[in-house]
Amino acid sequence: MAAPATFDAGRLAPERALALGPVALLRRRIFGHRSLMLGIVVLGLMLAMGLLAYFIAPHDPYAQSLASRRFPPIWHAWIWDDPKAGWNNVLGTDKVGRDYLSRLIYGARISLLIGFATMVISGLIGTTLGVLAGYFGGRVDMVVTFLVTTRLSMPVVLVALAVVALFGSSLEMVILVLGFLLWDRFAVVMRSVTMQARDLDYVTAARAIGCSTPYIIVREIMPNIVNSLVVVATVEMANAILLEAALSFLGLGVQPPLPSWGLMLSEAKEDMFFSPWMITLPGICLFMLVLSINLLGDGVRDVTAPEGRN
Amino acid sequence: MLVYSLKRLLLACLVVLTVSGITFILTNAAIDPAKALAGDSASAADIDAIRKAYGFDRPLPVQYFDWLGSALIGEFGESVRMRRPVATLLLERLPVTMSLGACALAFALLLSIPLGVVAALKPNSAVDRVALSLSVLGQALPTFWFALMMIILFGVILRWLPISGSDTWLHFVMPAIALGYYATPAFMRLTRAGMIEVLASDYIRTARAKGLRPPTVLFKHALRNAVIPVVSLAAVQFGFMLGGSVVIETIFALHGVGFLAWESISRSDIPVVQAIVLLISLFYIVLTLLADLLNAYLDPRIRVA
Repeated sequence: MAAPATFDAGRLAPERALALGPVALLRRRIFGHRSLMLGIVVLGLMLAMGLLAYFIAPHDPYAQSLASRRFPPIWHAWIWDDPKAGWNNVLGTDKVGRDYLSRLIYGARISLLIGFATMVISGLIGTTLGVLAGYFGGRVDMVVTFLVTTRLSMPVVLVALAVVALFGSSLEMVILVLGFLLWDRFAVVMRSVTMQARDLDYVTAARAIGCSTPYIIVREIMPNIVNSLVVVATVEMANAILLEAALSFLGLGVQPPLPSWGLMLSEAKEDMFFSPWMITLPGICLFMLVLSINLLGDGVRDVTAPEGRN
Repeated sequence: MLVYSLKRLLLACLVVLTVSGITFILTNAAIDPAKALAGDSASAADIDAIRKAYGFDRPLPVQYFDWLGSALIGEFGESVRMRRPVATLLLERLPVTMSLGACALAFALLLSIPLGVVAALKPNSAVDRVALSLSVLGQALPTFWFALMMIILFGVILRWLPISGSDTWLHFVMPAIALGYYATPAFMRLTRAGMIEVLASDYIRTARAKGLRPPTVLFKHALRNAVIPVVSLAAVQFGFMLGGSVVIETIFALHGVGFLAWESISRSDIPVVQAIVLLISLFYIVLTLLADLLNAYLDPRIRVA
């Protein structure tokens, strides 16, 4: 999000900026960027929730209880005096009596794991292809552009659904399939920024003094394109999380009894008319997580963009 | 222009060939088509007989070109599940998906172009910032969850709209919004950026200096030029929407191609899955081809590259 007003706070008169030095200046711009800070805080909370799920969750997320099925969340006790709602299951229970709050907390783990692992796989594939195409150009570029075009013309949701369904659905399968499908944006962006970096003077200088090609790519080009890489990585991580939720919702992603938010939505679908909160809560979690990742990406783009610098 | 068009067409054909190859290999590697056709209760001898009868014992490349050849003349084989020609099934279902895609695209454009124009008229104004914030929020909203929330609100609590089926145009309102809203931020940003650039150009200043009325300048001179990139993005997005309709059609029980895809995928009906993946890819390839040619026609600089 282009929010010039928010990084104005990090903007200083040129003489002050020089006095501060680059690190202090960057720190200032990061802390002055409100939506970036919001993204960092929310994503940090989600990460903590996922990592510390074992300690935070009040109940076992897999423990079923026939006596406490479909308990409503605590606010039903306050508003409608519902006797079933209570502090024991703050956010209620699902149709087999599992504590909803605990499942939501453990769900953060699955979403984050899938988002991160997918991002790593697709990032490796896409960055390699993109950097090679951008650096060497010519035939290499033609081949990579063709691969990207081909990949883009295959419908992601449909292909992911089909492959996961045909090869057997599991957490690992979802990660692999999404990883091999979502590399196109990495390739496109890395290709264009590498093309720009390739012709910079110090890259030419490195070539002139006889540095090897791998050395130039890793030491001269990579540091220049790492900002764009981070931005694309956040976009694809958010994308992967949403896709996993959609696949699991359709019953062809992560399999029960894992507490994936998409799967929880799928299981709550039959109760949606009587217990709408079962649908609402996992969706809010998904929304918050994806929003925080997007805000982080947009913030990194703003903070590192040349026009944001003094 | 002719050379560019031919080059572009050749590329499109190569992409079709590759996509069809990948689709064929993936589906054949996953499960044995003879086993799927024979069913669970079939004996090993039955499966062998089916393998011979349908030609599954031939080398894979031969099978592929056989399949591709018949696909080219619209012959996609027979659905294992429904025992009917795949082509007939697709023709039955296609109108629903096409209407859904068209409605979704119309919704996205009608919402995003006015917003983009207003935002561009006063960059960094309150309207601009609200529009940008909404696009950030919208981008984080899971499509299928948004659809479910709409069903709860407009279908169950307010009872304004039907929640499943495809009988009347009212049935398409919620699915079209759910499918279309995801594309609005991209359209809006593109319109906004294009308008800001165009409004700063010399010919707009000339038009204003001539004393033309502001609406004439805005719509006849500025918007016409600013909207060109939006048209080509719309073509691409329409292709994405056809692919994304799987989720939406499943939720709203719209009996289109997406719903058929989901049914066929969950029951391993390979011929149908292959045909749908190929068909939707083909739509995307043709749409992007047309968008590229349109762009090259409108902007001569592209043809040279």
